[in-house]
Order: sequence, then structure tokens, then C-alpha cells
Amino acid sequence: MCVCPGPRRIGIPVGSSGLPLFSDAMPAPAQLFFPLLRNCELSRIYGTACYCHHKHLCCPPLYLPQSRLRYSPHPVYATFCRPKESWWQYTQGRRYASTPQKFYLTPPQVNSILKANEYSFKVPEFDGKNVSSVLGFDSNQLPANAPIEDRRSAATCLQTRGMLLGVFDGHAGCACSQAVSERLFYYIAVSLLPHETLLEIENAVESGRALLPILQWHKHPNDYFSKEASKLYFNSLRTYWQELIDLNTGESTDIDVKEALINAFKRLDNDISLEAQVGDPNSFLNYLVLRVAFSGATACVAHVDGVDLHVANTGDSRAMLGVQEEDGSWSAVTLSNDHNAQNERELERLKLEHPKNEAKSVVKQDRLLGLLMPFRAFGDVKFKWSIDLQKRVIESGPDQLNDNEYTKFIPPNYYTPPYLTAEPEVTYHRLRPQDKFLVLATDGLWETMHRQDVVRIVGEYLTGMHHQQPIAVGGYKVTLGQMHGLLTERRAKMSSVFEDQNAATHLIRHAVGNNEFGTVDHERLSKMLSLPEELARMYRDDITIIVVQFNSHVVGAYQNQE
Amino acid sequence: MADYSNKLYQQLEQETGIQTGYIRTGSIFLAQTQDRLISLKRINSRLNVIGIPSEIISPKKVAELHPLLNVHDLVGAMHVPEDAVVSSADVALALASAASQNGVQIYDRTSVLHVMVKKGQVTGVETDKGQIECQYFVNCAGQWAYELGLSNEEPVSIPLHACEHFYLLTRPLETPLQSNTPTVVDADGRIYIRNWQGGILSGGFEKNPKPIFTEGKNQLEIQNLQEDWDHFEPLLSSLLRRMPELDTLEIMKLVNCPETFTPDMRCILGESPLVQGYFVLAGMNSAGISFGGGAGRYLAEWMVHGYPSENIWELDLKRFGALQSSRTFLRHRVMEVMPLLYDLKVPRWDFQTGRQLRTSPLYDRLDAQGARWMEKHGFERPKYFVPPDKDLLALEQSKTFYKPDWFDIVESEVKCCKEAVCVIDMSSFTKFEITSTGDQALEVLQYLFSNDLDVPVGHIVHTGMLNEGGGYENDCSIARLSKRSFFMISPTDQQVHCWAWLKKHMPEDSNLLLEDVTWKYTALNLIGPRAVDVLSELSYAPMTPDHFPSLFCKEMSVGYANGIRVMSMTHTGEPGFMLYIPIEYALHVYNEVMSVGQKYGIRNAGYYALRSLRIEKFFAFWGQDLNTLTTPLECGRESRVKLEKGMDFMGRDALLQQKQNGVYKRLTMFILDDHDTDLDLWPWWGEPIYRNGQYAGKTTSSAYSYTLERHVCLGFVHNFSEDTGEEQVVTADFINRGEYEIDIAGHRFQAKAKLYPVTSLFTHKRRKDEVELSDLHGK
Repeated sequence: MCVCPGPRRIGIPVGSSGLPLFSDAMPAPAQLFFPLLRNCELSRIYGTACYCHHKHLCCPPLYLPQSRLRYSPHPVYATFCRPKESWWQYTQGRRYASTPQKFYLTPPQVNSILKANEYSFKVPEFDGKNVSSVLGFDSNQLPANAPIEDRRSAATCLQTRGMLLGVFDGHAGCACSQAVSERLFYYIAVSLLPHETLLEIENAVESGRALLPILQWHKHPNDYFSKEASKLYFNSLRTYWQELIDLNTGESTDIDVKEALINAFKRLDNDISLEAQVGDPNSFLNYLVLRVAFSGATACVAHVDGVDLHVANTGDSRAMLGVQEEDGSWSAVTLSNDHNAQNERELERLKLEHPKNEAKSVVKQDRLLGLLMPFRAFGDVKFKWSIDLQKRVIESGPDQLNDNEYTKFIPPNYYTPPYLTAEPEVTYHRLRPQDKFLVLATDGLWETMHRQDVVRIVGEYLTGMHHQQPIAVGGYKVTLGQMHGLLTERRAKMSSVFEDQNAATHLIRHAVGNNEFGTVDHERLSKMLSLPEELARMYRDDITIIVVQFNSHVVGAYQNQE
Repeated sequence: MADYSNKLYQQLEQETGIQTGYIRTGSIFLAQTQDRLISLKRINSRLNVIGIPSEIISPKKVAELHPLLNVHDLVGAMHVPEDAVVSSADVALALASAASQNGVQIYDRTSVLHVMVKKGQVTGVETDKGQIECQYFVNCAGQWAYELGLSNEEPVSIPLHACEHFYLLTRPLETPLQSNTPTVVDADGRIYIRNWQGGILSGGFEKNPKPIFTEGKNQLEIQNLQEDWDHFEPLLSSLLRRMPELDTLEIMKLVNCPETFTPDMRCILGESPLVQGYFVLAGMNSAGISFGGGAGRYLAEWMVHGYPSENIWELDLKRFGALQSSRTFLRHRVMEVMPLLYDLKVPRWDFQTGRQLRTSPLYDRLDAQGARWMEKHGFERPKYFVPPDKDLLALEQSKTFYKPDWFDIVESEVKCCKEAVCVIDMSSFTKFEITSTGDQALEVLQYLFSNDLDVPVGHIVHTGMLNEGGGYENDCSIARLSKRSFFMISPTDQQVHCWAWLKKHMPEDSNLLLEDVTWKYTALNLIGPRAVDVLSELSYAPMTPDHFPSLFCKEMSVGYANGIRVMSMTHTGEPGFMLYIPIEYALHVYNEVMSVGQKYGIRNAGYYALRSLRIEKFFAFWGQDLNTLTTPLECGRESRVKLEKGMDFMGRDALLQQKQNGVYKRLTMFILDDHDTDLDLWPWWGEPIYRNGQYAGKTTSSAYSYTLERHVCLGFVHNFSEDTGEEQVVTADFINRGEYEIDIAGHRFQAKAKLYPVTSLFTHKRRKDEVELSDLHGK
């Protein structure tokens, strides 16, 4: 997601400039290399690309995020140069090429792009004890921005029961979504901890003993954590639990998950804001906390503990439950509300929170203050701080911040901040045996696919061929030829399923490659994936998906216990 | 077996008056590839010599025989005109009524609970309707045979597992198929097609079988046996490709009928090694009807005479042990076996599933050095060692009837055995120890074995364990460890059979102890002229022939390890030693041998090298060349039989008689003359041998001799009377005076017959002018 100025999410290229998107002279897309580079497949792909293209076209530009560069310096990167020309110039240059070539990605190339970020986790089986209601999850992301602004997290709570899963959609950079993806689950886990555990942890810190582990992360190698900010983040978190210890009256021992989730969201956003105001003596960290605060991120987090499913949502990512009806068909149950202009209640809330005279300016062109699409988000202090505070922080901040036109820009009609909150809306759902899976995904998925299709595709994928209605001849007149035709069709339908070992990957394949008939079209998939980064964002958004699979047996057993 | 079934079913109708649906249709086996055609030609050669007419025909001829077949993608076919089809239910009914007529009582709807056993002998059957006393019990429970075997107090393990099997029935064609339209087997398309009431019946053996009843008889699974069209789709495609005109033919139904498969694609027949009188006939691998008649006959002979009239070791229940009875193993293995039925069967095929079950302690060490493995009786054995700089073909591509890709690798291993020293891990051999307090051990062995075992302590004797007919039940080497204890080494797959045989014939005597020590020892075979140097350096003991003559066994230290049983034999005829090492010392001894051996040019070698060395020296091997119907006299092993050792032994009478009368077949070594190793098809086994243009027998094994630079085949030569076909005495003169040819897939190659190994092999010396610098490299 991005913030104005400039149009965003344009479905079709504007103007009559004849963007050569689907013309034959498609240049080797830089976008193609990004996920592959991460997978250390560089030499192979680079070799292939050079073989079939003019060399100047296949230099992947160097715009890996700074933190990434720091952690994974790769000597090869140095040999690449960022082309100064825009895509426009070099596609024009391309026309002088003597041998116009058609560039398509082969199915294996498509697969390696789609699978570069896929991750699967299976909950280990125990000996019949404490069996989890979660079987495991599949997750994946496909970048459109460079670098990708989406983030994902998944972790098991070690001191309490339950599993946390979340998707985070960043805008105006990835700093905020990155920070939220690293920190939010700690805030939630701490909010859920009983008093004694908090005390034990605090005492351990105080006396220098080993700390109790709180979270078991389930991360893809590409999901990184910031090392530099780790100390800073820890101190903020510790302050939080110290306050929780102090606040404890010793009465209520029952922790309300909903409240814990709301507190954790609000507290983290508050800490992000505070850290930016206070600054840090270390110039790198100082810049980092400012970037985190000035960029933004939505969050959609699920907490599963037995049959209790809580979804906390801030912004326009979505949680969708896949329910299998008795007849085997699939239906979608939405477990979150989008916080954007399409949500009447959100429009109402915003109008109520601000004076009447702002009723027309607070949401303009379906955007908050005419700028921001989600109505709730982390970070985005431009929509939260007073004008004074913004100016003061920017002036005392590092030069990079001052040079940035965007940060200096004050939103129009900015009278009664804050206009934005990170407070989530929490939905509770008690899992039933027919609830087979939960899809958490950023709006990149939901704007290309209908929820019903999403649930159907995942449902059919997860249950596989076995639940496809078997064919029976049963007295009808069927010829061998007719049967053969029918079977070939069915197999073609299933073959795309077998290509993926990961439900999220399978969903992305459909989201990007679906043609008007609802089946994956390889040519379309290949074109969409070979868009150069400058164009990719115009056709699609970053897509991040987590598919959590529930264990119907365990869920059913819970039901029977009661 | 199928031949007998065919004749049986043919007569059955006349005998019983019950329709069996027997129609002589003939059958056509199609080849889509050249390799398939080679395989059909090999079968064709074998059918012809046993009197079953068959011929290789062109695609054009195929089209004439069957009107509906698309022949455009065929390279040829085999036509067997006398093949027939029957209706299985009718055959069963006819057999049952024939049996009833002869006084057999059949209890319908009665289930067996378990078999009653007393003192290791079947006494009766407990059914849900009461007990039935009996002497013999035959477990023919098909896919439930495994469970029924386990229901015994002392379980009988019958390794088999069911898979779903689908076949399609259609309505009649517009112009119904002639009832004598040939049956078609399109193995490359994985399908068979036969006519069925004017329509067709077609099924196949798909690549991805669905194993079923892994957890035993399961009512739910039986009820859920449904048509699975999606699963049948590849076979249907294959059918429509073969017979495009069937496109408009109407489906009647798809039948799901589970079939039973065994771990090695061969049925299970014979008596339980543990319970006398408990017979088994099961696991027909989808060939129940075609082999059933023949298998039944062998089983009947077995029960009546104590042994069947043919060698059927390959089908004997005792080739398996309890180790093949794991349900997981069977489930995985049958998933490989079922598609294999229609896969191309090439020489040296190894199963890929159910592997790494039994391994030597050196497995990882050898594997890391490039070992490629084969499996025998669950035990992993190295075939050869791929050098680090060499790549072999992928499994599928390596299938060939011609020169294999490992040729050069084995050559260098063989060369190293001849000139320096190689080490082969031979831990899989079955090892028994027989001890007693008095002379019981010697006495029983003297009775069971044909050679004289009353030798000085430390001597090794090669000897056969013969049956009453003088045939080999086992061929082994026995070392006399002390006056009262013996160490016996037998082939790997003898573990169950030999144990059962010994147990059956040993007296009940608590002072006589038989122990299976296979797992206790790792066996390393040091082959080559420098083996003696390696060992003497490691043991500081003189190893010269004066101190350590051939066929001698001594316990000594090797490296730091003491108590290693060193035997001066190599199973190949080459100089060298076998080391029997208690397993905890295995790694140490191996490491020492390899490090000391370096300066003698030591390297690892595998069974393929061993095999080449063994066969070129005319060393026959039990299970391949020798079986229960071959006697020592028939393979030139008079020296290993001591007819006058002062006491009677099993098989002595038969041998005495044979000595007087002469033998009717003779194991002979053939050296292929005009065979081009690079271009011609390689011999395997089972190739017909022609003497002066007359069929004289079949080969039993073959190998390329790197020393002779020729292929060597072993096989039995018979003397069939030209007039009556009766077997006549075979003399050395008869062998020597013949001109021989070996038929490999229809092509006859000239061969020289030898009754004794080529002597030059024993005096191999490298000529001085052949030495080159590369010989100085470490291996």
C-alpha cells in the first residue's frame, strides 16, 4: 500500500502511451530477480537471463532494503548497477534491438518465483496429550513493491497456550510493517501472561538469570528481525510488563484475550510513537525509529487456543474462515471488518470522533483526509501527532528525514489529530468441526479474488482429489470416449493443485494467474510475474497469505467434552 | 506352470461336464519399444524350447490377427496361439465338483479360526462350526493368508499384501467381437484387453497402485471398494489409444477387485519352516488363474512325495523370513511390485522400496565412498563403487539388455582383485554355529553333509547339504573351529531354509546346539595377491602358505582387535582371506585394512566384481546354478563327496546309483565366441543352449570375464534323444564333442564348452612391458 500523492491501485495502465505490457517486446523484468536473488539461485537465473537477453536489460536494480543489505551482503550485488533510465527509456531502447524476442517464463521459472517465499509449519504430534487444534499452516508472499512492504509472522506462545498468526501490510515503506511483525506478538504474549509469570521474568532480568522463552517463532529464512533495534525494543517491552505488574491488583486471574489483544496493539503503537519522539543517541537507530513511525502498517492477527479463535484487525487485511458444509461444499465466513471507506461503521466512527465541520474533509475520495485508504493503522504519525510535534521532530531529526518531501508534508484539513488509531476490532469465534481452515491475507489477495473463490480453492486444495465427487456410471449410458473426455478434464483441473505443496502458493497462483474462466492460465501468470517492478505495482499489490488448517478431530473432541 | 494350467482347464470341461468358458483365443503381447521387443524375443526363445508354440510377428501381422488394434506405434509383437481364456468362477466350480466327485468334502460358509498345532505338527483346524482333525493344512486364503498365518499360536509369516485392481467391462460392440479374438497384452501401455461377451474386458497394472487392507480384514474398506474412474484414467487413455474405435462403446461397469502381491513378484508356495504339515499357496500376483493349476500340482506333489517334481525354490515360502513380514514393508513393496508386472524386466534389477533394512556396520562408510547397493534377503550388499569423478545414468535410463554403464567400474575392481587387493563386505552370508558337548555335532553333520567333516581342527570343507535324491538343499563351507564346534557359511537367502532343514533333521538333544550367528559377524573378503601382505602387516603373523595353507581357519588379531576369524578362502578362487569380525570391531578392522592396504593398492569392490571372478572360475552358486534337483556329480563336484567316508549320509544312495548309471545333465561352462560385448545383447540366464543345433538345456547364470575378455555362461547340458525326446546319460565325451550355441533373444552365438575352468586364469601375471606410470597411483 502507498500513500498519496499519485494514484494507486490502477487496474489498467493509464493514458494512451501504449505501455508495452503485453506487447512482444517485454524486457527482462527486474522484478523477476528479486525473489530469486534471495533464494541464492542467482547464478543459475542470472546465467539463463543473460543467455537470452541483452545484458543491460537484465541487471537487477539494487534496491534491497537497507537492513537487508546489512545482513546479507552479497559480493555479486556489487557488480550490478541500477539502471539510471526508467523502464520507459529502456523499453524504447529495446526497440532498436535487432532481434526482437518474446520473453516468457517457463513453468519451472514461474514456480521458483512463486515458491521463493513459501513456508509450511506442521504442529508436531504429541502422544495424545495436549493435542493442538491447529494442524499447521502454509504461508507465502509475492512482492509487487520493491522491496515488499508486506510482512507476516507466526509463533506459538510458550508460557500460555495458543498460536499467533498475523499479516501486516505496510505503506510508505516497509519500516513500520517490519517493526510490527517483530514486536506485536511479544506485546500480545506479554498481555496474556499471568502475573506470576511476569514477575518471574522480571526477576530473571533483574538478577541476570536466563529468561523464560515466551514465543516460538515459525519463520521463513527471508523473514528477518532487526538486530540493531533489538535492545531498544526489549526495553520498551520490559517497561510495558513492568507497568502490567504494577497495575495488577491481585484480584482477577482470568485474562481476557480480547482485552489483551486490544491493549497489545495500542501499547505497541504508543511505543512506536514514543520512541520516535524521544529519539536515540545511535544515529542509525534514531533514523530507524523515525522511519517506523512515519511509515504505516495494518495488521490482522489471529490467536488460536483450542476452540477459541480471536481475530484482531486493524486496517484492511482480512481473516476468512473456510467452512465445509455437510454436502462437501465450501462457504466463507468473514471474521474481520475492513477499516476503510467501504465500511459504514468506520465512516460513522470517524465523523463522530471529529467536529461536525470536518465531516466532509475527514474522508475524501474514500481516503482518510483524502490521503490514506485504511482508516486504522500502526505508525503513520502524520495522522496522529499534532502539527507542532511533527515539525519539531522533523527539524531535530536527521537530514534524510528533512530531505524527504513526504514526511514534511502535512495532510490537508488537519485540525483535530489524532485521525488514526491502531486499536483493533476483535472478533471471537468458537471453532466447530466444520471450520476447516482460516485464511489471513493482505488486501493484495482480496482485491483480486472473491472471498468465496478463495475459500473454495483452498478447500479443494486441502482436501485434495479425495473429496472431489467421484464419478459413477450407475446405469447411465456413457461411452468410453465420453468418460475419457470427462476424466482428462478433471485431471487437468487437479494438476495445478499437485504442482503446489503449499496452500498459500496455490492461492497466489490463482490470484495472479486466473483467467476469466477461473482457471490458472500459464501465459497470464508468466506475464504478470515478469512485469518490471515499476509496472508490477500498477497491476497488483503485495500479496501475503497465511492458511491455518484446523484439526477437526481435536475441535470435535472439545465439543464432545462439554 | 501356466502350461499345465492350460492343459488342466482344457480337460476339466470333459471330465466334469461343467462349462469353464475355455476358449482357445491365443494372445498377442505388444511391444512399443525395441527394449520390449527384446524382452519378448527372450521369452519367445524360452517358450519354443519347452514346446509352447509362439512367434515374433510384425505390426502388420498384428493388425491381421485383431481387427481393432492400432498398430502404428508398435515395433513388433509376440503371438502365442495356444493361449486360452476361461471364466474363473466356472473353473473354480468345475474344480470343486471334480474334487467332490472324488470324495472331497467342502464346507461352505465356514471360517477358520486357527490351525491347531502339537509339537510343531498340524493336528487340526478350529472353525466357527467346530474342529476338523487333519494332518495337512493348506493356507490358500489369498489376501487373508497373512492374517490367517498370524492367527496361529506359533505364527506362520506369509508376506503378501493386497492392492486394488480395476478392470473395465463394456457392453457388446455393434458387431460383437468374435469369441476367439486374441487376448492383447500391451505392457508398455500397462493394459490387457480380452473379449467379454461380445464386448471387452480391460484392466491393467497402473504406476500408482492403491494398497488396501494394510491393517487386515476391514469391513469398512471392503464396503468402500468402489469404482475409481480418476484412478483408471491413464489405463483408459491407453486403451483408447490402442483401440480408437472403442470410443463410442458403452461402459457397463468398472470392477474393483483387490489382488494380492508378494515382495518379489513371485507366488508363495510350500511348507512352513516352523510347522510341519502347514502348507501355503497364496500371493498369485494377479496370475491366479494362469498359474493356479500348475501351482496346485506342485503343492500336491510336495504333500504326497515330500518334494515337488521341479525346482521351485524361487516360489518356496522359505525364501522369506519373518523379516519380510512388516506391514509397512509389504505395503511399500507391493506398491513397487504391482507396476513392475508390466514394467520392462531387465537384468540386475533391484527393488527400490523396503531397503536399508539389514545393513553391515560399515554401510555408511562404504556408502560415502560411492557404493551402489543391491538387496538380498533384506541385507544391503555393495554392487560396485562409483569413483568420485564418475557419474552413472539415472535409474530409468540405466535399464538395458546391452552393456551396462558400470562396465568400466567393475573392470577396474576386477583388475585390482587380480593384481593387488580388494575388500568386499560380505556380511550378508548366513552364518550358523553348531556345537555339542560330545561328538553329536560331528555325527549329525557327517550325516547331513556329503563331504567328510572329520578333518583336523582349523580346516575348512566345501560341502553340500543334500536331500534324499542327492540334490543340493544348500551348498556351504564349514570350518571346524574345535573338536566339537563347527562354523557354517551359507548363501544369504538360506537363513530360513537351512535353519528349517537342520532343525528338522537334528535329533532333539539339549547337548547339541545350533545357533544363528549371522548378525554377530561382519565379513570382509580380502581378495587378491597382496591380501597376504596386508594381513601379515596387521597381525605380525606369518601368512605364507606354509603357515596358513589354503582352506584354513585361524583366530588371530588384526590391528588392535583380537579374535578375528581369518579363513584362507575368497569364494572366487582367487587368493585371499575372509575375515569374520565380531561386529564391534568391524569399523576398526576395516579402517586398519584400508590404511595399511593403501600402499598395496587396496580398494573397495562389490558383488559384481565377485560374480565376474566367480563365474569365470566356474564356481557354481546355490540358488542360481544349483538347486534341490542338482547333485554334486552333475556339476563336477565328485571331490566334494566322500562316498566312502565310513558312514551313511543323506543322499548317498542316490549318488551311488548315479555314479553307477551316469548323470543325465551336466553343469557346463560356456565361453561365448562371436559375441560383441559392446554391440550384442548380453546373456543373462535362462537362455536356451543348442548342441549341434539341438536344444540341450538352459543357462543358469552368466557374467563377463574381464580376464578372458569374453562372456561366460554356466548352464546344464542334457542329452535329449532325437527320436523320443527322452533324457539320456551325459558323459564328458558327449559334452566335449558337441558344437554349442547360446540363443540370446533369438540370436544364436557360438560357444565353447568347458567342464573345468580355464587354467590360464590361475597363473595370471602381468607382463612387464604392460606396466605404466598410472599403476603407481594409489587407488
